[in-house]
Formats: sequence, C-alpha cells, structure tokens
Amino acid sequence: MLIYSQPLELTKLLAAINNFLQGNLSPGWANLVKGILVGILILAAYALIALALIYIERKVAAFFQARLGPNRLGKYGVIQSLADMIKILIKEVIHINKADKLLFYAAPFFVIVASVLAFGALPFGMNLHALDFNIGVFYLLAVSSLGIIGILLAGWSSNNKYSMIGAMRSGAQFISYELSAGFSLMTIVVLSGSMQFSEIIEGQRYCWNLFNGHLPAMIAFVIYLISGHAETNRGPFDLPEAESELTAGYHTEYSGLQFGFFYLSEYLNMFIVAAVATTVFLGGWMPIQIKGWETFNQAMWYIPSWAWFFGKAGLLMFFSLWVRWSFPRLRIDLLLNLEWKYLLPINLVNLLVMVVIVLSEFTLTDLFPALFGK
Amino acid sequence: MNNRDAYDTAMNEITQVIQQIAPDAQIETKQRLTVTVRPDQLHPVIEALYRNETLRFDYLISLTGMDWGDRLGAIYQLSSSVDLTQEVIVITAMADRDNPLLYSVTDLYGTAHLNEREIYALFGIRFINNPDMRRFLLNDHWRGFPFRKDYIHDPKLNPETVVSSEIIDMAPRIMEREDGALVEETVAVFGEEDYIVNIGPQHPSTHGVMHFRTSLDGEIVKKIDVHSGYIHRGIEKLCESMTYPQMLHLTDRLDYLSANINRHALCMCIEKAAEIEVPERAQYIRTIMDELQRISSHLLAWATHCNDLGATTAFIYGMREREHILDIFDKTCGGRLIVNQNVVGGVMFDIYPDFQKDVKAFIPYMRGRLKEYDDFFSHNAIALGRMVHIGLLSREDAISYGVTGPAGRASGWSCDVRRYKPYALYDRVEFKEIVRTEGDSYARYLNRLDEIEESLHIIEQLIDNIPSGEVCAKVKPIIRIPAGQFFQSVETGKGEFGVFIESSGDKNPTRVKFRSPSLSAVSVIPLISKGAFLSDLIGITGSMDFVIPDIDR
Amino acid sequence: MEVNDVKIKAFPAEEFKDNDTLQLYIDELKKAGGSVIVGKLDQLIDWGRANSLWPIAFATSCCGIEFMAAASAHYDLSRFGMEVTRNSPRQADVMVVAGTIVNKMAPLLRRVYDQMAEPKYVVAMGACSISGGPFLNSYNVVQGVDRILPVDVYIPGCPPRPESLFYGLLQLQRKVKVERFFGNKRIKRNYRPETLTNPETGETIDPQIDFDNE
Repeated sequence: MLIYSQPLELTKLLAAINNFLQGNLSPGWANLVKGILVGILILAAYALIALALIYIERKVAAFFQARLGPNRLGKYGVIQSLADMIKILIKEVIHINKADKLLFYAAPFFVIVASVLAFGALPFGMNLHALDFNIGVFYLLAVSSLGIIGILLAGWSSNNKYSMIGAMRSGAQFISYELSAGFSLMTIVVLSGSMQFSEIIEGQRYCWNLFNGHLPAMIAFVIYLISGHAETNRGPFDLPEAESELTAGYHTEYSGLQFGFFYLSEYLNMFIVAAVATTVFLGGWMPIQIKGWETFNQAMWYIPSWAWFFGKAGLLMFFSLWVRWSFPRLRIDLLLNLEWKYLLPINLVNLLVMVVIVLSEFTLTDLFPALFGK
Repeated sequence: MNNRDAYDTAMNEITQVIQQIAPDAQIETKQRLTVTVRPDQLHPVIEALYRNETLRFDYLISLTGMDWGDRLGAIYQLSSSVDLTQEVIVITAMADRDNPLLYSVTDLYGTAHLNEREIYALFGIRFINNPDMRRFLLNDHWRGFPFRKDYIHDPKLNPETVVSSEIIDMAPRIMEREDGALVEETVAVFGEEDYIVNIGPQHPSTHGVMHFRTSLDGEIVKKIDVHSGYIHRGIEKLCESMTYPQMLHLTDRLDYLSANINRHALCMCIEKAAEIEVPERAQYIRTIMDELQRISSHLLAWATHCNDLGATTAFIYGMREREHILDIFDKTCGGRLIVNQNVVGGVMFDIYPDFQKDVKAFIPYMRGRLKEYDDFFSHNAIALGRMVHIGLLSREDAISYGVTGPAGRASGWSCDVRRYKPYALYDRVEFKEIVRTEGDSYARYLNRLDEIEESLHIIEQLIDNIPSGEVCAKVKPIIRIPAGQFFQSVETGKGEFGVFIESSGDKNPTRVKFRSPSLSAVSVIPLISKGAFLSDLIGITGSMDFVIPDIDR
Repeated sequence: MEVNDVKIKAFPAEEFKDNDTLQLYIDELKKAGGSVIVGKLDQLIDWGRANSLWPIAFATSCCGIEFMAAASAHYDLSRFGMEVTRNSPRQADVMVVAGTIVNKMAPLLRRVYDQMAEPKYVVAMGACSISGGPFLNSYNVVQGVDRILPVDVYIPGCPPRPESLFYGLLQLQRKVKVERFFGNKRIKRNYRPETLTNPETGETIDPQIDFDNE
C-alpha cells in the first residue's frame, strides 16, 4: 500500500510530544503526564464543540425559519455561545427545598460524565484517538447508556411532576431505542469483523461500510440515525423535554451550571451519535480513496483526516437539525410503536441478512475485489 | 313572506307550549320572542323548549346574570341548532338578594355549567343541581359579588397579595332530593389517590393563562378541572361606567386575535339600537378588514397548534404570513394587533391609497403559502398521528356546549353566523361554509386552512368594488340608545361572538355581556380529552383555539 | 463610568432616549459601593450577561402575542441572542411580563419571579403591566407589576410594537452592563409594594420575603 504525504496531520506533532516525554521522564510519569494532557484536551474539545454546536444549531434553525439568528456578537454572531457560557457559569445555582439533595446534585454529573466518556473514545483522526480498544464499539454503547441514569435521577429527585413525567418518558424511550442502536451497530460489526474502531475504519479504505454491505447496511444506517436521534432526546423525539407539554421536562428545576451540563451534553450527544455513524458507516476519518487513482488519493490526503471526520459528522448533524426543525413531536405510544413494532423486528431480520451476506460473500468487496478490495 | 309566516307559526306554537307550562309568563314578541317567568317555572319552560318536537331549542347562546337593582336574575338566550335565526329569550328574576337560588340547566346544556359558576362568582346566584358550584372567575375567598349594583370595591376586603392560597379541591353544591328538599353538600373534585398535575396558569401551551388541573394515570388524562380567571379584568363591569364610544376599545382586548371583529359586533349593536345608518363604503371596509382579521386569527391558530404539536418551524411560518396582514392594518390605521378601526357609525380612517393593491398582492401570496402548509405539515405522518381521531367531539356535544366556529363546524354543525344572521355585506358575497363531520383535531385543523381560502375568496369579490363616499355617519359624541335589550352576534375567528347590551336610555349601559366563543371551547375540553394522552391534551387545546382574555373578560 | 461608555452594537448611546435615568442609576450604584465597574473581569461578565438574556414570557394577554411576533421571522429576537425562551423560570434571566396581571394571578407572578435564579431582571411590557392600563379602574386588576416585584424596564404601549420591545430590551442590556458582579447586590429600583397584605389573616407582608425559598 502506498503511503501518501500528509502535511496537515497531527501525527508528527503527537509523536514529538511523546518522544519528549519519554525522553525526559520515567515511563510511569510520562504516561501520567500524557494521561493528564489527553484529559485536558478532551475536556477542552468537549466544551468547544458543544459551544460551536449550540451556535450552529441556532443559526441553522434560523435558516430554516426564515430568520437571521444571532448576529450581534462578533462576525455573524459567532461568539454568541461564549456569552451564554459566561452567563451560565455565574448564574445562581438554586437549592431546592424538599428535593433529594444528593441525587439532585449527582444527576447532571452522571449525564455529563457519560457523554465525556463516550466522547473520549471517538477516533477523531489518524492517530487522534485517546485509546483504541479492541472492543471500542461495545465500550461506546456501554458508557453512552449511563447518561439515562442521570436523567432518571434528575426527574426523580427534583420533586416536580413535570420532571418526573419527563424522566419516565426518557427512560422508556432510551431503553427502547438503545436496542435498535445496538443492533444496527452489531450489523456493521458482523460486516467488518471487528469491534475496534481503527480496524473498522481501515476496512473502509476503498469502500464505506454503508455501500459495502449494500442493502442491510443502508437499512442499519437509517435505523441507527433514527434511534440515535431518539437517544439524544432531540425533536421529533424530544418527549422528555417537550417544551410545549412539560415546560422543560426532566431539567425543569435545574438552573445555572447544572442546567448548563444538561444543555452541553444534549448537544454533545448529538455529536457523538453523528461521530459514531460516521466512523462505522461512512469511513470515519479516512479520506475518500479510489483504488488505482493515485493522484486523486494523494490530493484527498492533503485534506487532513480530522477535517474529513468533522466534515462527515457535520453533514450528519445538519441532517439531524433538518429533521429536528421540520417535524412535529411524536407521542409516547407512537414512539414506542415505532421502535417495538417496526424498527426492532426489521433490525433483527436485517442482522440475519447481513450474516448471510457476509458468509455467502455477497458484500461489494467480495463481489468486485478489483474495485473495492483491500 | 313565506319565511315570515313560517316564523310566526313556529313562534305561535312555542308560545302555546310556554303558556301550557307557565300560564302567568309574560310573553313579548317585539324583536324576538321574550318570555319572563317566575324562578320556579324556569327549568320546566326551558326544558319544554329544549324538547320541543318541531323546533328544538338545543343551543344556549348565552347565559347572562343580571342585577336590576331591586331584583337579581338571569337571561337565557336560546336558539336552535338547525335554524340559528330562531331565538327565544327567557328572563327570570327574584327579589331575594341574600340567598338567591335558581334551578340549573346543566342537565340540558353542557355550556351552562361554567356560565352558572361565573354568575355565582359575579352575582352570587347559586344554582340548584349544578354538580359543582365553586366560583369560576374569582378566588374562593373573594368577598362580595362584584357585578351587583351595590358592590363597592374595597381594596382592604379584597387586597392584592403575593401569597398564593392553596387550591382546595372541594366543590360545594346544592342538590334537590327526590322529595323536593334542598341539600347543601360538598364533594371532592379529585380522588385521594389521584396524581394531579397543574397545567397552567403559566404554561407554554395553554394559550395564555388557562389552568387545567389534570389528574393523570401514567400518561393518560383521567379528569380535568378547569380553573380560569387569571386574567379576569371585569371588562363588563368597566363598561357599565363608560359611554358607548369608550367601550369600544375594551372589546379589542377580549379576543385580541379577532379584535376588529369584536369591535364590529359592538358597533353594530350600538348602531342597531341607536338606529344609525352605516355608509356603504364603511361596510365594505369593515367586511374586508374582518376577513383579513379572520385570516390572521386562523394563521395564528394554525401556528400555535403546530407549535403545540412540537413543530416550531411551522409556528414561525404562520407568524411570518400574519405579518403581511398586520402590515396592511398598520398602514390603514397604525395599529397592528389591536386595529382600532371601527367606530360607531362607520370606520375611523379611510383606507390608504395602495390598500387595494396591497390586498390584491396578498391574496395570491397567501394562496401559495396555503399550498406550502399543505406540503409541509398537513400530510406529515407524525402530524396525522397526532391529529386524526384525536379529541373527538360529536355534533350533539358541540351543540350542547355551544362550540361554534371552525371547531363546531368540524363536528358537522353548520353554525356560521355570517350565513344565518348575515351582517355587513355577507348577504351579498358568495362563500362556502366549511363543514366537516369527523369532529377530530384534524378536521378542526383543516377547517381553519379552508376558511382562510374562503376569506380570500370573499375579499376578492369585494376589493374591486369599494364604492366611494363617506366612511362614517354623523354621530353625536355622546350616544344614547333607547331603553331595552339589544343583542348582536358576529362570526369571529373562534366562533360566535355576541354583544348583549341592556340600556335604560342613559349614556351608559346598565349591563353589558359578551358571549365568548372561547368559553365554550374550553368547557368542552374536559369531555373530549378524557382518556387521551397528556401530549394529546396539549394538541387538543391547540386545535380548539381559544383565547383566555375572551373567556375571563 | 458614564452613560456614553455603555456600548450597544449598532445603536449609539446618543440615540437612546432616557440616558438621564441610566446616569441616575449609575450614580446610585456608585454611591452604594465604589466604582461601578472595577475591572476587565467585571466587564467580561457583564458582556456575557447582557448578551445572553434568555427571556421567560409571562404572557397573559395581547402583549404576549406581540412578544411572539417579536420572536418570529419578521422581527427576530434571536439577533440579540434572546430567542432561547426558557419555559422553566429557573433557567431564564429576564421575565417579560406581557399583559394584565389580576389579583388572582399576582401570587403566581411573584412565585415565578422567586423561582428565577439570580441575576434576574423584569421587563414590564405594555400599559397593563406598568399601571393597569385601560383596566385601571377594575376591581381585580393589579395597578402595575412593580407593586409585587421590582421592575427594571418599562415598555409602554397597548400593546407595544415589537420595535418597542427591542428598544426596551436594549435598554435592559445597557442597564446590565453598568452593574458590577463582585461586591454589593443589585439595587432593586422601581418597587413600590405599599399594600401587600395576606387576605386570609389580614397581616401586612414583608415585601422582601422570598416565598419560594423561605
């Protein structure tokens, strides 16, 4: 395989830092410093991405609604979220009488920790990956389902009926759609034969899983987008918050920074869903490569891998916003019908079809190895 | 004159029916058939009218509490659902001011329930056999009855406060036992175990300050208790101390989405009473402005309904189109929401030179937008799931609760005032009354969109033919209308809006009552959303389209 | 710190009408606790606060519709970063009291105000919430919401046009920008709770009491 020149990749920089630390510190200290650095970077990226997403959502919503959107702070209002962040940081955190204090304070942390854990395991680019598990997909599914505990705690401990109804809705919704999301990811695990993100991405060099597994992969993709959208509690699946019904749902009683945590994690979860879909279905950070077109492939590598990652994820997020700002909200029974009566059975059959296709070598890479083969 | 004959025969028959039951009732047939009966004959007379074979008077237009100084009483305005032109007024009065009692007609008319509770709060008349006799618009601890003539407001007795009082879910009532004895009792509104959620008064989708105490079983609505009065401003009482032209601006603030149409009703009522001829040009302007106002009202109803269902973008779209109408209003008279155009005798301002051009430009634009709404929302699978077969309102219930307007017509009840009791130019234009029979949220939703199209059609017929001439008749600054009772109803965006004025010939009215279409719409909510999901309750309230200041007045 | 130092983008200080009132407020703040704005950090915080005023619309009548119109496409409140209308008072910064407040509603208005987290601001939108408006003589209307809670900005009109609402909100931004974060609490002006009594006991109520957190 050819190695292309990759001028904007961060690989060399990371290697230099690594060498510097290894050279000057004992291995244990070096790892500790690396761990701390990675942690800080992840937290910073988390906050930055969330702020950017909040701004983007407001602008995109404005675009769909024939409005202008924030445009007073900075050019086109780009630092609007910064003002919001400053305000939220110093806003009073209200102590509520008759609330279950411990659970009430713990709830936002559950939510934010779960989404940071999931965020940390994402492969952002070539070698831009905090930890490359061999069970990456499994880990991601596991930690992202922690967040629901926070939401349930928030609803339960707030001593507010709206919060309670919102949390219960959220519980039912999350557990249902977690099944679909898991199964549709499993479909791709069957296809690529690995749970490790780096291997899944490497396997999509010349053919994205979305096309490689053709019909079942596309079905899995659609189902993953729907259920991922539902897991993040965003419209048309925003029943737990349901502004027009439950005022603010499970986080009705939260103010200041605690509310900020919910707010950030909502946007970050949207990003995580898009990022996982990108990695698993759309080749992740891998640039578009066509077998045999060496000049083209070289040109594609000039665009750094992290830009590919964010570009693809951004496209999916735009799609998600489009849906969010177009559709009315589902009702809880319609929502559960959709999952249990349609998505789940389709998913199970789909998984079976994928197994058959993989075993009978009907994937695109098997059918046309000259075009798509590894 | 066949109509007239048929009318007379019908009225003769009704007169006979009444005289059979209450021989000493005073019957007048001046404008409308007016019957004055003793309090104890009230229920039998109304029941006879209700069950009258040839023409059932099954629609209670309005129930007005009265205080004539020496006597307390009530005025029942009845009509028939098949022929809205037929009206009978039943009046009753009693001298007892300490413990006035009347028999309730809740068993016949669903809409009477809230109206009787309102009369109790404002006049202190209690109704026997009304299952729930709490005060409606005022707090339980309010002292005095503000609409009585001898009431003097004392801020010490009823102070403004910031301490909220607990809501007590115990309803007092007076029931008549089989042996005729009256029993005073209290009943619990909710069961001990009920999980009660307060939807409102400050809630994003109660369209204002409605308060539904809702008991839930999981997500299912078990029972709704309607609380209102969070914006009860006493407009009717205020009107009693105002001259007629001064009253006009208060009507705008009832149902502010149909401000111009409300005002039109009051103007017509005064003009009818004072026998003022409105110039032709003013009639044209009034009709066109009314229809524009109706479109803007329906647009807002559409927008908020979509918003209640969770489609924020649709909300913004509805508001966007509405601004075009508001711009026309703005250019005509400087008002956006509150138009301030109608005055007694005509309109305050003539139309501006480009009015016709702007309106004609708006018509095709709006048609295009209606198509966009259709593509964008009306056939959306989720939207259909949230509206079709939700909030079913049968024709009988619609009539019993007096639900008029697009909501009533969605239940198959043809009740357009513009058709039955044409006013302004509605007898000269051609339009279709939109009636659907499904009775669900979706029918109400579609009715509004179709009515926008019909309104455009009406405007099209009028806009090129506006005659030249005066826009306002010569009217004295202080108008006195002859003694008597006057009623005028119009079709607003929400349904039949009526103005009742009782005058003693002075420059102030002695009693003013507004028939609120929104009150009927709200009174039927507990019925049609029972057993629905909590989300659907919000959707249903959106589809009924009510405005709270119109209910509370 | 003078009025002219308070900058609002695309709206010069000279074009605002009542600069005197703001100057008065600045002087009052100065008297209460040294200089108005002490440092860059204060400035940054004020910048953040002023530009991120999330409203809760306490809409009771006509003015509420104009508030909705202001948030919609034609006028677009979001330009100022204010379109994030929070339905939960806990998360809102400014309460826009849009419409008549009657006696039955007054305790609830106060409760929603108490539920808001500091720093909180109140805008009285429309004649009714300023003074009772056309219903001044009614037996049931509160004659101005400043009788039950402190008001920061009054926006006259019946109902005020969306442009007036924007002007009022910009004035509020200016007001926010002169306050200091570190040091003394905000001065609550425009609060005239003269006749607050408990209807059940007849006792006078301490107007400063915070009912939600007592």
